[in-house]
Amino acid sequence: MFARTAFARAFRPLATSASAALRPIPQQTANQIFLSLTARRLLSQETRKAIDQAVNSTPVVLFMKGTPEMPQCGFSRATIQVLSMHGVDPEKFAAYNVLEDPELRQGIKEYSDWPTIPQLYVDGEFIGGCDIVISMHQSGELATLLKEKGVLLEQPKEQQEAAAVEGEKKE
Amino acid sequence: MATTQITEASIREALIERLKASHVEVQDQSGGCGQAFTAVIVSTEFAGKPSLRRHRLVNAALKDEIAQIHAWSARCLTPEEWEREKLSSEPRLGS
Repeated sequence: MFARTAFARAFRPLATSASAALRPIPQQTANQIFLSLTARRLLSQETRKAIDQAVNSTPVVLFMKGTPEMPQCGFSRATIQVLSMHGVDPEKFAAYNVLEDPELRQGIKEYSDWPTIPQLYVDGEFIGGCDIVISMHQSGELATLLKEKGVLLEQPKEQQEAAAVEGEKKE
Repeated sequence: MATTQITEASIREALIERLKASHVEVQDQSGGCGQAFTAVIVSTEFAGKPSLRRHRLVNAALKDEIAQIHAWSARCLTPEEWEREKLSSEPRLGS
């Protein structure tokens, strides 16, 4: 249980640091944005710029359904689990919830030329969706990539958590 | 823009026709409502291409189909990789 809290706490600050255009918007407003199919298919300059910023906001960026603490799709959940298992440094990770923003949800598909969510970026480069992340995990390519990019925690995750527990006790 | 029903068979046919797939296994995981599919696709078109490019080929071939369904998952293999996988008695599991 603590592990989950630590994970959630670590992810939260970056997960909410989206640019203005990517902030959650109220449902009524969200629906109004769905003007027409044609309008929706054109990736506006504004949306493209906001996605550019999001992609380059930190080394590891995941566009997902739900949040790392509460994924709302099995593919997003699996991807988060893999990244977590590898010990991606929360300081170098940001997650953007596409369900909070229809423009992002549609825009990211065009931006990446990729039809599904989740989508993983490392150092601004599109890596792939869940299938690719899982197969790269299985082949060892993902471990190599994350290590090369220097985005993993220094210590193995268990030690981080032990340290966090220690910190809690002292307070 | 006609939204024809997507089925295992329609996806299979599309992949054989558009990607020259020599072997396709498609499974409807939504219990028949045509919303979630998983596939194994074997094609010579994948030879010499990294995973991302293989998936991009499939996404392009099934652009309209994938846009209509809710979930799509695929494994893209060359005939050689597929043969090797069939021969190997070891299941393909993660570490």
